[in-house]
Amino acid sequence: MALILNEEQQSLKDIAKEFLQKNAPVTHFREIRDTENELGYDEKLWKDMVDLGWSGILVPEEYGGFDFGMVGMGSIFEEMGKMLTPSPLFATGVLGASLITLGGSNSQKQNYLPQIVDGSITTALAVEESNRHSLSQINTQAIKEGANYKISGDKTFVIDGHSASLLIVAARTGGKEGDLSGITLFLIDPQSTGVTITKTSMVDSRNSANISFDGVIVSSENILGEENSGSGILEQVVDRAQVAISAEMLGNASQAFDLTLAYLKERKQFGSLIGTFQALQHRAAEMYSELELTKSSVIAACVAVDENSNDLTRMASLAKFKAGETNHLVTNEAVQMHGGVGVTDEYDVGLYLKRARVTEHIFGNAEYHLDRYASLSEY
Amino acid sequence: MTDLQTFREETRDWLESNCPEEMRKPGDVAWGGRNAQFSHPDQKLWLERMGEKGWTCPTWPKEYGGGGLSKEENKILQEEMSAIGARSPLGSFGIWMLGPALLEFATEEQKQEHLPPIVRGEVWWCQGYSEPGSGSDLASLSTKAVLEGDEYTINGQKIWTSYADKADKIFCLVRTGPQEPKHEGISFLLIDMDQKGVTTRPITLISGKSPFCETFFDDAKAPSKDLVGGLNKGWTVAKRLLEHERTMISAMGLSGGGDGSKKTKSGLAEIGKKYAGIDSDKKIADKALRRKVALHDLNSRAFGLTMQRVGEETKVGAPSPAAAMAKYYGTEHNKLRYELMLEAMGTQGIGWDGEGFSMEELAITRDWLRTKANSIEGGTSEVQLNVISKRVLGLPDK
Repeated sequence: MALILNEEQQSLKDIAKEFLQKNAPVTHFREIRDTENELGYDEKLWKDMVDLGWSGILVPEEYGGFDFGMVGMGSIFEEMGKMLTPSPLFATGVLGASLITLGGSNSQKQNYLPQIVDGSITTALAVEESNRHSLSQINTQAIKEGANYKISGDKTFVIDGHSASLLIVAARTGGKEGDLSGITLFLIDPQSTGVTITKTSMVDSRNSANISFDGVIVSSENILGEENSGSGILEQVVDRAQVAISAEMLGNASQAFDLTLAYLKERKQFGSLIGTFQALQHRAAEMYSELELTKSSVIAACVAVDENSNDLTRMASLAKFKAGETNHLVTNEAVQMHGGVGVTDEYDVGLYLKRARVTEHIFGNAEYHLDRYASLSEY
Repeated sequence: MTDLQTFREETRDWLESNCPEEMRKPGDVAWGGRNAQFSHPDQKLWLERMGEKGWTCPTWPKEYGGGGLSKEENKILQEEMSAIGARSPLGSFGIWMLGPALLEFATEEQKQEHLPPIVRGEVWWCQGYSEPGSGSDLASLSTKAVLEGDEYTINGQKIWTSYADKADKIFCLVRTGPQEPKHEGISFLLIDMDQKGVTTRPITLISGKSPFCETFFDDAKAPSKDLVGGLNKGWTVAKRLLEHERTMISAMGLSGGGDGSKKTKSGLAEIGKKYAGIDSDKKIADKALRRKVALHDLNSRAFGLTMQRVGEETKVGAPSPAAAMAKYYGTEHNKLRYELMLEAMGTQGIGWDGEGFSMEELAITRDWLRTKANSIEGGTSEVQLNVISKRVLGLPDK
């Protein structure tokens, strides 16, 4: 496997970079935040992304997608991470597209995938129920009643939960909380009776919601895949989502580092540029080393997705661990090295710190992945 | 079939017929030289065959005895050697450090004279850089070379010369311009060790071993034709050679870490289980240790992938811009690996000799002590961080 981009992938990355710098610089994110945009993203920008084909990158060609792979998708996420771009691409283009591609029946794929590609639907995955990522701590119940299921329970940290037109919900049709078995995925219309959606305001000013299901009636036709097959699908999809979000985190960390490097070369104290101080130089050099390791881990994990590697889960943990740890370090150092202005809202560096902490919690923080990696390595 | 596929098949066939069985088992690597020692007759045969083909230096040009392989072909050769467990035919600072510098800076005559014997393992080279008063501040070195007629007379002392007591020749930094600013009065000179003006004395390290020597020059002689890169231009050669040295040393961070392609290739997890015990889930019972092992394994893998990526990004023979980072990270990582092994082993990891400890335990302890030099030799970690700050990140001097 090659760990450098091929010509097509490089071209996609260059296009993404140019597009985002022009249409979605950090001022774009600030505008969404400061105008308290209800949707949480700009519809025109999303339409342009759809027109560029980004929503269909992970969708197979037979369903209208481009099947371009995770190396390409990762490049886009890295560039979005640099610009802090809010968009439904993660929840829809990665989670929704992968859930339906990997778990859906033929008719579900034929129905939903072209709609994801052309931007006519957006999706959200409702899986988490506690303050830590877990695919087994699921207590939302789906009780069978004839040809229907009655769903009750509370979900949290649902990305794009309040804006999506289709919810994919993990609920229990068997087993007990803590079991991986007995979980079923349901496709649910957010307008259904009994669904209550509360947008939560997070430090990164990006989309997240709590959703409660109170006796929501869903037809068995709306099971994604088979009954009790949910965790198998989720595990595969979450591996992919971990890789995509790691790419965004790499972009976030790279940009925070570049901003800091530029500041070290312009800010003067004691009559010298602060970048001449060895105490700061060595810390910058250490961050550079960690960023290099993170970059390699992320691209290797993207390649593992595209090659359908049997080691994908460990590679996803590697990427998410390294991206989490490095982004944590770099954003903290970035604020510190900026001194007083680093803690002002006017400077962008604090925005990267806030986004870093939220992304750390998406599908498992560094500690979660250390533990998972050790368990999968049989120690 | 593509050219590369053909090359792979031919390589596989050639190795099959030419790599002796004995050389497909783990064991020591030959270092060659005028008084070459071989631990097995097949070691000599293997070196001769590989040297003849130029595959001791696969990517060096054919006109200097090298293999003339492209980067892709060399990768295939390494893969095919690895597939049959073939030992490296030759260990040599001539290959890893001097050769690449000669290819870049030497005259045609110098290349013709010095490169082919390196390929064939006929000359054992050592490196004369550091001096007792010039460690991290290498450019302050004071060993003098004075030209009389067409011969230099050398006086001074070098230190940390690896295997100087076994080497045939030394590539040496000498001061030829005592009045010049310190970086501009240094030359790169090749000196024969087999003369009465050169003496060596091994240095015993904290590990109990003596891989390094002090080297003394008392009116030692070297012909002026053996000055490489121009009079007082040695610092340019020296810096480039150091980049090759860093790349070589940083590979140590991988020697135990591995690319993680096997589940617990680092061996750390096995050591953890063996000494700290396992719980009912067969996990390392000491949870704090288990966490540190996982952290180390993940970083090993990230570092291995980085070396791979950097290799793909860099042209063959060129030093990587990431050499300083690799040297810094690789050596610190290797030190940490040994610290973790000792932590896992408890009191079995702190034995020095004799009864009560297995050979493996004693070897790990001695190697732990040896790793302490990794982040000092070839430029300390602090020097690497300076190099990254200034040359890679462009942070200002003033």
